[in-house]
Amino acid sequence: MLKYDLVVVGGGPAGMAAALKAKECGVERILICERDETLGGILEQCIHTGFGLHYFGEELSGPEYAARFIDEVEKTDIDVKVNTMVLDITTNNVVIAINKQDGLMEISATAIVLAMGCRERPRGAISIPGTRPAGVMTAGTAQRFANIEGYLPGKEVVILGSGDIGLIMARRMTLEGAKVKAVCELMPYSGGLTRNIVQCLEDFDIPLKLSHTVTEIKGKDRVEGITISKVDGNLKPIPGTEEYIPCDTLMLSVGLLPENELSRAVGIKLDKVTGGAVVDQYRETNHEGIFACGNVLHVHDLVDFVTQEAQTAGEGAANYILGKKEYPEFRVHTKGINGVRYVVPQRISIDGSEEPVKLYFRVGQVYTNAAVKVTRNGNVIYAKKKRKLAPGEMENIVIKPEDLQEFSEGDYLFIEVEG
Amino acid sequence: MEVRELTCVACPMGCQLTASIDNGVVVSVTGNTCPRGKKYAETECTHPVRPLTTTVKVEGGKHPVVPVKSADAIPKEKMFDCMKVLNEVTVKAPVQIGDVIVEDICSTGINIVATNIC
Repeated sequence: MLKYDLVVVGGGPAGMAAALKAKECGVERILICERDETLGGILEQCIHTGFGLHYFGEELSGPEYAARFIDEVEKTDIDVKVNTMVLDITTNNVVIAINKQDGLMEISATAIVLAMGCRERPRGAISIPGTRPAGVMTAGTAQRFANIEGYLPGKEVVILGSGDIGLIMARRMTLEGAKVKAVCELMPYSGGLTRNIVQCLEDFDIPLKLSHTVTEIKGKDRVEGITISKVDGNLKPIPGTEEYIPCDTLMLSVGLLPENELSRAVGIKLDKVTGGAVVDQYRETNHEGIFACGNVLHVHDLVDFVTQEAQTAGEGAANYILGKKEYPEFRVHTKGINGVRYVVPQRISIDGSEEPVKLYFRVGQVYTNAAVKVTRNGNVIYAKKKRKLAPGEMENIVIKPEDLQEFSEGDYLFIEVEG
Repeated sequence: MEVRELTCVACPMGCQLTASIDNGVVVSVTGNTCPRGKKYAETECTHPVRPLTTTVKVEGGKHPVVPVKSADAIPKEKMFDCMKVLNEVTVKAPVQIGDVIVEDICSTGINIVATNIC
């Protein structure tokens, strides 16, 4: 059996940053398992710029952002196995993986960092009626076709969902000569960053149809057209509002789901809202020695925040491996209420640490001139005015260590929106 | 005096900007949280520019295309002219990040550079 101090599952931005941080903290034997043929993860196909503004203070493309970490990994003695699929993790931290060279491997690990990223919701997840022709694909699949394989996946395109990948692909397809006829969004607001609405849709006069969904797909071998309908306040299509749009491609950008098959199999507790593990501030799951970070934990909108979170997980794993972990006296819980959909981390280990705790959260609708409030036993310990809060933009607040002192076991820290 | 409402695209924050324009000159910008917002509004109201990212064909590489970007933002109205040029380009592997693929594209004074190895 192979033996490592740390096995990182996934060689995208989260996996690389976690491994590098653990190395920096003094962990000796580290292995990254990556199922694709290179490190980099989804960044390899995100050829647009906008990555790295927070972390590097400059605007990089996805492959450039990834390359900075790939270069760092190559400078260390971190082992990397590409084209390697992790099949299972056992409850005693043995990673079962497979590739062509080594065959089936059993790798024993003192700690494991889960960094598998997320998957796109496919057509089956949203039940669009109609035939099943070619030409219906997720925006990420189209992105891979266009940016890595070198194919233009369609000429007349409708995009369902206004998440960032959908918006980015609307521009990409337009630049390559395709006609993007509309971007439909079920909700009354876009799930993407405002800057992407401006530079990907408005720049090219692509209509954004809010409160609209696709109600039929037509075509035998290839998509011939789709029907869209307006939806009411309960997101149900309104009869009589149908509009037929001839097209050859329907792209779906309807949400991302953390890829947690491995986590579930090893008995890690998952958060129903995020779809990722329940973790503490070190990103340790309920399974001792297993940490999670990046999009497998909760879907991020900026890779810069993935990197930061992965460094937290990498350091947490290092402390665990090197015997420096402080065992908590008890844990308190965080909970989003009144407009806050979720908070990560979901629990805070009270272990005498003097470090501030950063809480990431997402709201459920658009708010303007609102305030974010954190309460503990009815007392406000943090309040801040926010000019704008939107579901597409993750927010964070920092809880000072002194504010954690007076907690007792089982207490809740509530995060809410006012206004 | 003309007043224009803009969303800054300089970073993912997307600040809502208000620019006042007098005789084609931006005289005031409000709503920005950093100097880049002011610069964005000034450029956007006089000569809008955008970064361009796309791919060019590769011979002998691992993949059939390699991603490229404009080293600096290019005039918005030249985006499609630049695409036309780049769609005719084929490079030979190996290419390194930062290698110049097209010099001074469409007389903009801006180079197109590779953003990945191939």
